[in-house]
Amino acid sequence: MPDSPLHLRPLPVVLVFAGGAAGTLARYLVGLALPSPAALPLPTFAVNLVGAFALGLLLEGLLRGGNDAGWRQRVRLLFGPGFMGGFTTYSSLCVETVLLTEQGRYFSGGGYAVASLLLGVAAAAAGVWVAANLFRVPEGAPGIRHSTVTSTQVLHLAAPGDDAESQRGER
Amino acid sequence: MIVPLLVALAGGVGAVARFVLDGVIRSRVALLVPAGTFVINVSGSLLLGFVTGVVMVGAEPADVRIVLGTGFLGGYTTFSTAMIETVRLLQQRRWVAAAVSGVGMLLLGLGAAVLGVFLGTLMR
Repeated sequence: MPDSPLHLRPLPVVLVFAGGAAGTLARYLVGLALPSPAALPLPTFAVNLVGAFALGLLLEGLLRGGNDAGWRQRVRLLFGPGFMGGFTTYSSLCVETVLLTEQGRYFSGGGYAVASLLLGVAAAAAGVWVAANLFRVPEGAPGIRHSTVTSTQVLHLAAPGDDAESQRGER
Repeated sequence: MIVPLLVALAGGVGAVARFVLDGVIRSRVALLVPAGTFVINVSGSLLLGFVTGVVMVGAEPADVRIVLGTGFLGGYTTFSTAMIETVRLLQQRRWVAAAVSGVGMLLLGLGAAVLGVFLGTLMR
């Protein structure tokens, strides 16, 4: 059933499971290894920022290389919604923030949440930017001029002639 | 040894739950923002708040919180996808959608976590 959606096919589900299990285990181990100075949730903060950067790098790098199909799609599923999805966590960010504020540490809680969002967006954008510069779309490459699918959005790549303009636009 | 293994398995199950739910929502709902990640992260924050609230009153051993919270709900929710979706919206200059995806999700997630902790502490 090659036309059924990805989330209903066995291999994609297995890849996401394997990546998610490994990513979750990695986050758990980081939590054991990293300290939480002054009871601040440094492990969650660190894995989330690293994961946001890595996911930006991965998705943009794959996108620059060609369409989301074949081995490229399998790598994306294993490391994107799989490993990085399991490695990073949104629920811990929210609950840790709430626990800090419930202890009366409003500045720490607010700072943690705001810093996670601002630096998380910056880290993901930095990952996209690094991949966009590492893997430039080759001149006249077939099939990738218009758009390909990331795990999240259809991103319209610029035609080769518009490259300089789109680079400015991303910054 | 058994706890790390259970954390990994629960994380894999959580990741698959996210993958399937996101796919289902994506195929049926076309909204301002990617609704799948939004629903997943807010519901996961509610549930982790609940689990944390229950453990705070000592109703469950800590290992349950680690496997369900760090494992399943950590694997279910995702920070990295939320960030990249916000970046993609910013790239498309969809400022309102980007604000909803970034700030709106965080505020609703925090509200859900507050509600979850409160409900959890009622479970005496």
